[in-house]
Amino acid sequence: MEQLGGTVIGFSNANVTSIQKGESLWDTIKMTEQYADVIVIRHPLEGSARLAAEAASIPVINGGDGSNQHPTQTMLDLYTIQKTKNRLDGLHIGFVGDLKYGRTVHSLVIALSHFNPTFYFIAPDDLQIPESYTDELFQKKIKYFKTADLNRFAKELDVLYVTRIQKERFPDPLEYEKFKGIYRVDEQFLQNVKKDMKIMHPLPRVDEIDKSVDNTSHAAYFEQAANGIPVRKILLALVLGRIK
Amino acid sequence: MARRKKKGRRGKEKIRAKKVIQAPKEELKRELKISAIDEGTVIDHIPTDATFKVVDILDLENHSGIVSIATNLQSKTIGRKAIIKVGGKSLTQSEVNKIAIVAPDATVNIIKNYDVREKIKVKTPDIIDNVVKCSNPVCITNNEQVPTKFYVLKKDPLKIKCHYCERSMGKEDIEII
Ligand SMILES: [Zn+2]
Repeated sequence: MEQLGGTVIGFSNANVTSIQKGESLWDTIKMTEQYADVIVIRHPLEGSARLAAEAASIPVINGGDGSNQHPTQTMLDLYTIQKTKNRLDGLHIGFVGDLKYGRTVHSLVIALSHFNPTFYFIAPDDLQIPESYTDELFQKKIKYFKTADLNRFAKELDVLYVTRIQKERFPDPLEYEKFKGIYRVDEQFLQNVKKDMKIMHPLPRVDEIDKSVDNTSHAAYFEQAANGIPVRKILLALVLGRIK
Repeated sequence: MARRKKKGRRGKEKIRAKKVIQAPKEELKRELKISAIDEGTVIDHIPTDATFKVVDILDLENHSGIVSIATNLQSKTIGRKAIIKVGGKSLTQSEVNKIAIVAPDATVNIIKNYDVREKIKVKTPDIIDNVVKCSNPVCITNNEQVPTKFYVLKKDPLKIKCHYCERSMGKEDIEII
């Protein structure tokens, strides 16, 4: 469903995606729900999925709203962590890359905060995790560290979640030039990590994970990507009441 | 007619003095520096930096009655404060709610016949409905006709979170619709 890339996808009928320009999201949803059982929405504006859910009487799945949330990715991320680490509880989890605009990071941080984690946010100041998230962690008494140095907490990590620094998130292309390629997970980095540390990435990657990492036992990102299909199928079955 | 008679009999200064009798003497004196109004609203305990936000909220530039504004007055509770008196206007609940967001300690006095009929302490609500504009340009509320909604995370200093885009905003980012 994600590959379709439309603004709104009526899952039961692909023709629904022909959205007229200028039509409001509210109206689009109201119309779509007439001939769909579930709405999957990926939309560039933040909060669009919540508005869609308010408009619709059928289930709405947020497939990503701007740089806000990406909950279906989070479910497959949680599933991947559970499968590769055999637990979700009490893990030391590092996030590196664009933590400011990275919605997969935002959603996963909130989800993992239910499992007594320790977080390591690795990013330059300009791309660090927004304060609203650290405020929430503080309130939940969850331990977290912020650093710009990838190697600093390398030994502590059970999981390293790597994200791409996305060009399209920067209003100014010069800003992007400043940050692209600043972090690189390679064999040298892996010399300092726990043997069973797993590396995840929501893919596609640019150059933040070196190809030489792919064949190590640390690489979990291809498995993670493959988990997307069963997890999303199950999610659809769940919201449609086909499984309980 | 009856009102005018009453006014003549009692005198405005006297009534004011009577009404603020519990207030310390110096506050009483300051109160008198701006002329009293016979009918309308007095908004007190406005932080000085919010004075003109309150003017905007109430659209006082276009108000035809008397408006007096006094700012940089000493206040025991909030440091320096402003008072705005608006003749011939009573506030709607929505206006009171908006004032609460920029001036959380304000009191709204409803004046009838030079008399404080009612004193309302504004209260920052837990949820702010359709009052504040979201500071996030890519928020759905800035691109579609949707009433905004914010959750109050912290009252002092004010911190709120958008129901839609989940971005949080501090006092300095708050823009009233
Ligand atoms: Zn918003």
